[in-house]
Amino acid sequence: MYPDYMMESIHNVERTRPKRLEIARKMGKQVFPAMSESERAEVLNKYHPDYKDEARRVLNIGVNKGEKITTKVADMLESYSRIDPNKIDLSRFDIETDVLVIGAGSAGLSAALVASDYGANVLLVTKLRLGDSNSMMAQGGIQAADQPDDNPSIHYLDVIGGGHFDNKPELVEALVKDAPPAIKWLEELGVMFDKTPTGSMTVAAGGGTSRKRMHSARDYTGAAICRVLRDEVYNRPDKIKYIEYTAIIELILDDKGQAIGAVAYHLENKQYSLIKAKSIIIATGGFGRLHIMDFETTNHYGATADGLVLAYRAGAPLLYMDSVQYHPTGAVFPEQIVGFLCTEKIRGMGAQPVNRNGELFVYPLEPRDVEAASFIRESTDRGMGIKTPSGLVGIWLDSPLIEQLSGEGSIEKALPAMLRQYQRFDIDIRKYPMLVYPTLHYQNGGIDINAKAETNIPGLYVAGEASGGVHGRNRLMGNSQLDIIVFGRRSGRNAAERAVSGVQMGKPTLEHVLKYNKDASILGIDSKKVSPVILPNYIPDHVKAKQLTAQYEGNLI
Amino acid sequence: MEFERKMLTVYIMGEAYEVPEGSTILMAIEYAGFQVKRGVGCREGFCGACATVYREKGDYKLKGGLACQTVVTDGMAIAQIPSVPAEKPIYNIAELEANENTFKELFPTVFRCVACNTCTKACPQDIKVMDYVQALKRGDIARAADLSFDCIRCGLCALRCPAEIVQYNAAILARRLYARYLAPKSHEVDIRIEEIEKGKFDTEIEEMKAMPRDILSEKYYKREIKVD
Repeated sequence: MYPDYMMESIHNVERTRPKRLEIARKMGKQVFPAMSESERAEVLNKYHPDYKDEARRVLNIGVNKGEKITTKVADMLESYSRIDPNKIDLSRFDIETDVLVIGAGSAGLSAALVASDYGANVLLVTKLRLGDSNSMMAQGGIQAADQPDDNPSIHYLDVIGGGHFDNKPELVEALVKDAPPAIKWLEELGVMFDKTPTGSMTVAAGGGTSRKRMHSARDYTGAAICRVLRDEVYNRPDKIKYIEYTAIIELILDDKGQAIGAVAYHLENKQYSLIKAKSIIIATGGFGRLHIMDFETTNHYGATADGLVLAYRAGAPLLYMDSVQYHPTGAVFPEQIVGFLCTEKIRGMGAQPVNRNGELFVYPLEPRDVEAASFIRESTDRGMGIKTPSGLVGIWLDSPLIEQLSGEGSIEKALPAMLRQYQRFDIDIRKYPMLVYPTLHYQNGGIDINAKAETNIPGLYVAGEASGGVHGRNRLMGNSQLDIIVFGRRSGRNAAERAVSGVQMGKPTLEHVLKYNKDASILGIDSKKVSPVILPNYIPDHVKAKQLTAQYEGNLI
Repeated sequence: MEFERKMLTVYIMGEAYEVPEGSTILMAIEYAGFQVKRGVGCREGFCGACATVYREKGDYKLKGGLACQTVVTDGMAIAQIPSVPAEKPIYNIAELEANENTFKELFPTVFRCVACNTCTKACPQDIKVMDYVQALKRGDIARAADLSFDCIRCGLCALRCPAEIVQYNAAILARRLYARYLAPKSHEVDIRIEEIEKGKFDTEIEEMKAMPRDILSEKYYKREIKVD
């Protein structure tokens, strides 16, 4: 429950609610004027965390050398390999497969399924369990332009405008045109989308969408998709093998520059093994657990951007690694759920962001970066936020409005995960608003790919959050669930076709890792810095200080 | 901040540790000095990786919960269950029929349910597990799919079931059958796929792909917004 002093502010929210309800009934979603291009630019420049001086620095190593990128990512890339390549015997591989998929969220699972459809034997390797991923946690929805008043061209314009026109056009085209077939594929595999009694998809608006095209599965959309894909992978034991609790820590190339394998590391028994593959798909997700700018995150425990490191050391360029997505609505109270996602669907359904006086201060459905920056402005310079007992600050997301707009019971029906999350800590979001502040959510950039999900390295593909270019410098809600399915499937098909058609492999080598380690040493980087990070570490400092011989994963944090 | 807090004693896998009041079980384990590798996942209650059984001081009951969502109490004894060795039948969804015979064949244990309700009491998601198992016995796949929707596959139901039912595996089959065979079909999706295949939107998209940024930007900010 909220402490008394917060209840006082909640009374302000309750006092202004009838008036705001009236505006919503009259104006629909347009309860506050949307920002112009120049207003957006102003709030972003002043308040978005990406625009702070310390957010970015020049990278000194590898193919993107000289580029200004997110500081924590530069730290991660300016690190040594976990291994000394001279100690690895490349004359013998432990496992061979047609297609190696690294990461088992919905991108990796989709890739594995489609690769097996195209006749390839698949090996899935994940550092936790199958399905352990950000995909599983996505709540709000998946976009697809399948309604009569919508179409892929309109979707295209929304995506590229939301991304500040930095998106790679061929990737946006693939995203929007593959969207309806992706929905059909998922439904046939057994994903229960929300539907009207006649079978039409239930659709909602999201930040930056000009039509209602958000498909959902209550507020468990990501889980509904990911668990079906996982179940289907379990059903194909002859074609898809999988290894859990194992991180891939380097790629193996051949003397022709093709990706032909990987070095695997078991998290618990610490064994390294070598995998040989005709095609390799990186589907390792993003970087939320690097806690960029020390933000809390909505991300999965394993979201440490390992795939970026593998690909970068092998010579694949990265795109837009200067851009980070902060989700406007992360929980800040109660403290047990700080940073957790409060889905954008809550605003999509009519909940309004209001300040401590209960006043609306922004159009609720601006693109995420703009909305997040405006929340920060309200809480900091304008001083209109609400402080929590542990010293954080947030603004109210007035969820009870949803019940008044759409009828009693609508939160339980459409937002069961959210309702449950707060009920566990004795807060009923049907009666009381939620206290929120921006939280680290998504890696907008990633490894550069083309529309076939290929990188510049033959045999190496990337799908999902690990890739860059699909969303430009800002992703819209519901387009990552779409991205992982669309490019998961594309990568699976292309990787399988390459593998099945026969690949002439040359002599295996880790020369690129040797060279990278040498470059790191020339830069004078501390030898204790190694990556990929693999896992974050939340052991408190005073305990760590006594763990004199402990070896942790995640030496950056 | 941490040091001003009241400290509680919890027993992690049988061993006593002092941890701050207000910690979740997961926070408590990390506070105790462990970098957790099993029994941890999304940390937000969506993945079911952190199933934990616990007993509170003075209570004879063995309770189940998610480590990331359960706040510790003084004297709590905790044991995590990172993996449930349950049976998972292999099937091809395209070859199944959406009726109770499918369940008789693939999940015969469902029909052994004695309606003891232990599974429902064990569920950290407050799902009416027994009710959906009973629905499956009646062949009511739609109801089982609906009731089981919020399942995160933590496995606590199956661990407590005296009839050895693997409820969550039966439940995902129910949902998959419902979505594929029983849910009303969306004709809009089929129509749109056909239009895309015929290239209906290609010209417009090609134009936008080639458009200079300023013209595209003008088009974007002028676009019609219809979201009500």
